[in-house]
Amino acid sequence: MTEREIKEGVKKLSPIDVYMFLPRTNCKECGQPNCMAFAVKLVNKEVSLEECPPILTKEHETAYKKLQDVLAPVIKEITIGTGEWGVKIGGKLVMYRHEFAYHNPVALAFDVTDEMPLHPRFSEEEALIDRVKKVEAFSYNYIGRELNLDMIAVRSTSNDPATFKAAVENVAKITHLPLILCALDPNVMEAGLGAVQDRRPLIYAATKGNWRDMAELALMYNCPLTLFAPNDLDLLRSLSKTLIEYGVADLVLDPGTFPDEGQSGTINNFTLVRRNACKGGDELFGFPLLGTPITVWFGKNDSREVLAWEEACLASILTSRYADVLIMHSLDGWVLLPTAIWKFNIYTDPRKPVAVEPELKTFGNPNGLSPVMLTTNYALTYFTVESDLKKFGGDYYLLVADTEGISVESAVAGRYLTAESIAETVKKSGVAEKIQHKHLIIPGMAARLSGETEDELKNVGLPGWRVIVGPRDSSGIAKLLDEKWPPKEGGE
Amino acid sequence: MKPLGEDAEKEKKAASEIAGLLEMLGLDGEREIELEDVEIRANELVLLPSVLASTTLESIAPPVRLAPPRAKPTTILEAPFTPFLQEYPGQIREATLGATKSGGGSRGKAVVIGGAATPAFYLFEKTPLHPPIIAVDTFDMKVTLPRAIRMHVEEVWEDPAAWARMVVDKWGAEVLTVHLLSTDPLIKDTSPVEAAKTVEAVLQAVDVPLIVGGCGDPKKDAEVFTKVAEVAEGERVLLSSLTLDMDEAGVLEGVAKAAGEHGHLVLGFTALDLNRAKELNRKLYECVPPDHIIMDLTTAALGYGLEYSFTIHERARMAALMGDRELQHPVLAGTTNAWAAREAWMKLGSEYEPRRLRGPLWETLTALTLLMAGVDVFMMMHPAAIIHMKKIVQRLMTHSNVKLDKIANWVLQRYGEE
Repeated sequence: MTEREIKEGVKKLSPIDVYMFLPRTNCKECGQPNCMAFAVKLVNKEVSLEECPPILTKEHETAYKKLQDVLAPVIKEITIGTGEWGVKIGGKLVMYRHEFAYHNPVALAFDVTDEMPLHPRFSEEEALIDRVKKVEAFSYNYIGRELNLDMIAVRSTSNDPATFKAAVENVAKITHLPLILCALDPNVMEAGLGAVQDRRPLIYAATKGNWRDMAELALMYNCPLTLFAPNDLDLLRSLSKTLIEYGVADLVLDPGTFPDEGQSGTINNFTLVRRNACKGGDELFGFPLLGTPITVWFGKNDSREVLAWEEACLASILTSRYADVLIMHSLDGWVLLPTAIWKFNIYTDPRKPVAVEPELKTFGNPNGLSPVMLTTNYALTYFTVESDLKKFGGDYYLLVADTEGISVESAVAGRYLTAESIAETVKKSGVAEKIQHKHLIIPGMAARLSGETEDELKNVGLPGWRVIVGPRDSSGIAKLLDEKWPPKEGGE
Repeated sequence: MKPLGEDAEKEKKAASEIAGLLEMLGLDGEREIELEDVEIRANELVLLPSVLASTTLESIAPPVRLAPPRAKPTTILEAPFTPFLQEYPGQIREATLGATKSGGGSRGKAVVIGGAATPAFYLFEKTPLHPPIIAVDTFDMKVTLPRAIRMHVEEVWEDPAAWARMVVDKWGAEVLTVHLLSTDPLIKDTSPVEAAKTVEAVLQAVDVPLIVGGCGDPKKDAEVFTKVAEVAEGERVLLSSLTLDMDEAGVLEGVAKAAGEHGHLVLGFTALDLNRAKELNRKLYECVPPDHIIMDLTTAALGYGLEYSFTIHERARMAALMGDRELQHPVLAGTTNAWAAREAWMKLGSEYEPRRLRGPLWETLTALTLLMAGVDVFMMMHPAAIIHMKKIVQRLMTHSNVKLDKIANWVLQRYGEE
């Protein structure tokens, strides 16, 4: 990415633009060597303005406000929930990920209805408490990171204020997760809001018919408000203008999520709204987008599996196409896992290198008899292996070969990982001097290089080395070591 | 454009250089810059959108109203939507896979890909000229496959022609790929002549356009492709793939020329690096017409680097549409790579079952994500993933028939009701 592209992505903001408003005393209180370095980091969103203590003083009040303006993202950042349980959505600086990076991963909300029983009365019945517990309990360890779900959406299918109020109360009692309250009748909404006065739920939703009452509720309870104008961007934009004028500052936009044949229209609308905000400077569309993959579930005869599959696809499309919060239904692990992983992936910083430093890494306290393994310096490969080794415990040497950030399989195919380069890596690492054996474990994906590698090791002055072919996936390392380590015939 | 890692490094360096420079300039220097820039700043500030104070996690106090309270509107204030207009000076070239009798080949149908004039599925700007297509993967030998796929192919996997017939007849493949994996010098080292016979057998067995895959060894692939190009004369097969490694090994020109002479298409493979993709294309232009070149920018699996593939494809497509002629080629993604992700096939605990769904969904989502980034050809393998991708492509190609009523009231909908 060129410097120019980045600048356009962040409203042509240069570090100088920011520097001008900083105290320029180079006091280092922020931990940076000087104010210019802090400005560079601010523009790159690597630090927050509040990390500069002087700017928060009375003296710099005006400059602080200016900087808040200058640094404000094109898509407003909105918080749902409060305190440590609050979730931020929006806050995007750009339309396309490659223009900068995306911020605030799409929040995944899962629904319960106010007509669900608290507990299932027969097997497989959907029940309120069970579902909330399941959402809270979902956790997957992905390359050393914990992936979780974010919110509960309580829907009023009864359309009865007392029923909704009771359901919201029940949910609030058992979870700290932020809430979305879904009811289109303002009386029902008010009953629900009354049950969670201090939780700052997202209100879903203001429409053409109910917007005045919903606006009053949003102001009264200090909650963000969703504007729902299915397949009508004129109405969506008009509502946005009206509600801003009304004094509701925190808006979320829902142009409607249409399943099946409606999908092309859905992504068109999401794209048009986001593009107007990011490329056209349209402030009325400068708010987070809400998608509802849950709509695949209604009015169809298909099996649960088919509907869950459809929902996963729609959630994935909307995650790629600009949604900031999604309301879903399926709690099947095979749906949640790819959804949570893609959410995590697309919100990583594309400016971060794909590769890790090629070097000799140690795990635990390896000694002369510890296994020596080899992997590539593709970040994802490395982190996968690393997280497995940490999980297994034990003491290892891990050689990270320089494959220019290519995974094992592709590196072997593209000759970024060859017998010569493996031998060179072993030699250069100096690991041979640290150990008393002569065994190298290579990835299963590089199995075909094993014979050649033994020859090449000889050529670089490491005779007698043997290559052990490891598993194709590093999850199998523990099993391999159980079976083959220490090796039966010692290295000479 | 540079590889991502390199750019990050450069930016970091540039940042510290600027910082150092300013420090060296001292106070006077700073003042000068300040004075020069203040004016520009003031101009720009007027244009900046007024932004309401944003809330933070710690303080959820109501936003401070700076302006005096206004009268609340009583009717909707009309603010019609005017779409931001984007012009694209560039367009992706079209490429034709396969040749019918009239085109000098023996395929039942040729398939045209590419031609995009907007980012993927921007139907509000333009209906795509051609739908993205799926090429079904087959191999010339037994290969290690996850069980979810193996069960569908193990009856035919020692016979490439039977395998080809099955994916065309049973799965409705419009294009198929035969990967000549056995040519790998470290596997079976099948000779170019033998490999070309396999290709001939497959061409005989089915009449859909063909992609011919190599083993990844640059020298061997060049030999094999050169022979294949000869025996498949006129069939417009796609040779997968030609690389800069072939160039380093001194064999690129020969194989590209063979492709050009016999009227085939070539797939240029580079590893997540648009500069290298362009460099390879420039070399290929010497030997084959530009509309015979397709790009493979590298496909990583969901959970295993898909975001890098997604972003390189978005960047490439946007640069092409904005006028970079060296990137105005259709792109192909090897989405079968999805199965390299352990989450696609590994036992993870009962809450993640059944794997018979998780695996093909993984492949589908990997493909779907790259579909959003503009990919024109998908190499795929699991029949359920293939069927579902086709369905979604068809939906996204068609202007929506929106069922407003149902969606307008989705909040009230109960499960299992019509």
